[in-house]
Amino acid sequence: MNPVRVVEGRAVPLERSDVDTDQIIPSEWLKRVERTGFGRGLFSEWRDDPDFVLNQPAYAGATILVAQARFGTGSSREHAVWALMDYGFTAVVASSFGDIFANNAASQGLVTVTLPADALEELTRLVKADPSRLVVVDVERLLVEVPDATWQHPFTLNALTRERLLHGWDTIGLTLRHDDEIARFESTHWTPRVPTRFAP
Amino acid sequence: MPRTLYEKLFDEHLVASPPDEAPLLYIDLHLIHEVTSPQAFDGLRLASRRVRRPERTLATADHNVPTDPPSTPVSDPISRRQLEALDENCREFGITLFPRGDEHQGIVHVIGPELGATQPGMTIVCGDSHTSTHGAFGALAFGIGTSEVEHVLATQTLPHQRARTMAVTIDGTVPPGVSAKDIVLAIVARLGTGGGAGHVIEYRGQAIRDLSMEGRMTICNMSIEAGARAGLIGVDDTTIDYLREHVIVDADEFARLAARWRTYVSDDDAPFDREVTLRAEDLVPSVTWGTNPAQVVALDGVVPSPQDEPDPAQAEAAARALAYMGLEPGTPMRAVTVDVVFIGSCTNSRLEDLRAAAEVVRGRRVADGVRALVVPGSHAVKRHAESEGLDRVFLDAGFEWREPGCSMCLGMNPDQLRPGQRSASTSNRNFEGRQGRGGRTHLVSPAVAAATALMGRFASPTEVDA
Repeated sequence: MNPVRVVEGRAVPLERSDVDTDQIIPSEWLKRVERTGFGRGLFSEWRDDPDFVLNQPAYAGATILVAQARFGTGSSREHAVWALMDYGFTAVVASSFGDIFANNAASQGLVTVTLPADALEELTRLVKADPSRLVVVDVERLLVEVPDATWQHPFTLNALTRERLLHGWDTIGLTLRHDDEIARFESTHWTPRVPTRFAP
Repeated sequence: MPRTLYEKLFDEHLVASPPDEAPLLYIDLHLIHEVTSPQAFDGLRLASRRVRRPERTLATADHNVPTDPPSTPVSDPISRRQLEALDENCREFGITLFPRGDEHQGIVHVIGPELGATQPGMTIVCGDSHTSTHGAFGALAFGIGTSEVEHVLATQTLPHQRARTMAVTIDGTVPPGVSAKDIVLAIVARLGTGGGAGHVIEYRGQAIRDLSMEGRMTICNMSIEAGARAGLIGVDDTTIDYLREHVIVDADEFARLAARWRTYVSDDDAPFDREVTLRAEDLVPSVTWGTNPAQVVALDGVVPSPQDEPDPAQAEAAARALAYMGLEPGTPMRAVTVDVVFIGSCTNSRLEDLRAAAEVVRGRRVADGVRALVVPGSHAVKRHAESEGLDRVFLDAGFEWREPGCSMCLGMNPDQLRPGQRSASTSNRNFEGRQGRGGRTHLVSPAVAAATALMGRFASPTEVDA
């Protein structure tokens, strides 16, 4: 994973709450064995609608998704994160996220920014008023900014998630440095065995 | 210091808690399936990594398998490729696989417990959000993404931020006709789809104690629908009695294990970060009306009006849900007709679920124009049900009796709703398009699903004799 310090770009408002991962990437896309190419499936149930916000020319090329409450709930499919990133998103702003989605996002370098509802509403208003505005998500300073409106708001990120983003750490590599501790744990752990004989 | 069950499980599995890194937990059992694992194995190969503990990993094919007889080839080439990838990966890395048609194959959360692999005191993960099911055994079990699957394959550990604890207590005894599904729908409605975020929920109280292991699995299964990654129920006699049938060891070994397993309960007076209580007496047979699993109404109730929703965002979400579902506020739920009835999924496809449905169906006929299907959760469930003659009960009534798999719960295989079709489904998610593009899903218990199939509209078992 590449380090992520600051992401900036235009933003697109998705004015729906409770966007579950089935909406982000429907299950028909989950049959694929690759990690790439999921951008075409992003929000695919809604993309046929010419009025859907991603189809509006004013928002073409936006890289920051401004969502609402409970974004990414439901299924654990990491394909939701792959789809958002493959489409071109580098950050998602919302007032809350599904736990597994947020974990998956962190593992891939997709920044999830949690803002209080009133700040999210203001950011949405600014983006709608002028879709060409630059929005900046600063992982280092933990700030969301709209420079031309001199608007900014702090956000919190789990300290470890922030470090992981800033350094682009390979989590498996980090864990393997604890190989001795894992081996020591295995030698003393009360290990319920996984059976090799099964009830009929 | 008294500890909750979650805290005991966390402490017992803590491998390391390095500064500036998340605590590292040991994973006792890793379940994998065809959909969320291929990219993880590719990652291992790219980095020349091995599977650290193949003997702690079990694989099955469940999400995309057709529910036709196993002799029928998989016609969808993309699904077939994914199933082949699972075969190849398990062979290459030495992992036990129960493929399509195998006597032990089934939905991953159904076979774990019935094979005796799911045991109290374990940590269990799977690339599937309904891994919370296994928490019914006093095991810490939660869903993970594909990168985490790769992490567990490579290291048998997982970085895990300590969760907050929540006790959900159901005091008293449920009224007749109220099933585990109705209990958990009430819990999800109460907490909302985000209410359990960041928490592990422990279910407690008389109504939970009264449930069989199968009912407890239904409850823990839908923890994620309230936003919680894991659900837990402490070990008691019901747990031990189930394990005696499913964990194949000699009597002495079993006694030793059982003594240990019984310690997996919360200590008296252990404090929870949040406590929620529901009265069992208040619970009723329920059905979802909208497009998220917290949008629940009594089977006796009517489609709610968005105008009654005080929060404008929720009112807008409700209006959008009603438009998608094609429902008018004020319509009695019992007047809503269905096209399809699906009895299956990791929530409600176990023997007890099929018995409850069969009891309603016995000697009756599915309503004209309704497609009704039963998809047992595993080959073992299917065999047991057939030995009791349940397949005949369903087939004689006009139900389809299919092969095990996730099937219409998520519509990855050919079992799908067509646009505009309405289902009564014993599964766990009523999201837009979940069971097929444009499909409209209502979540119900197996008994209500069965009665609905017979009446062609939402109905309770007490109505079918009328």
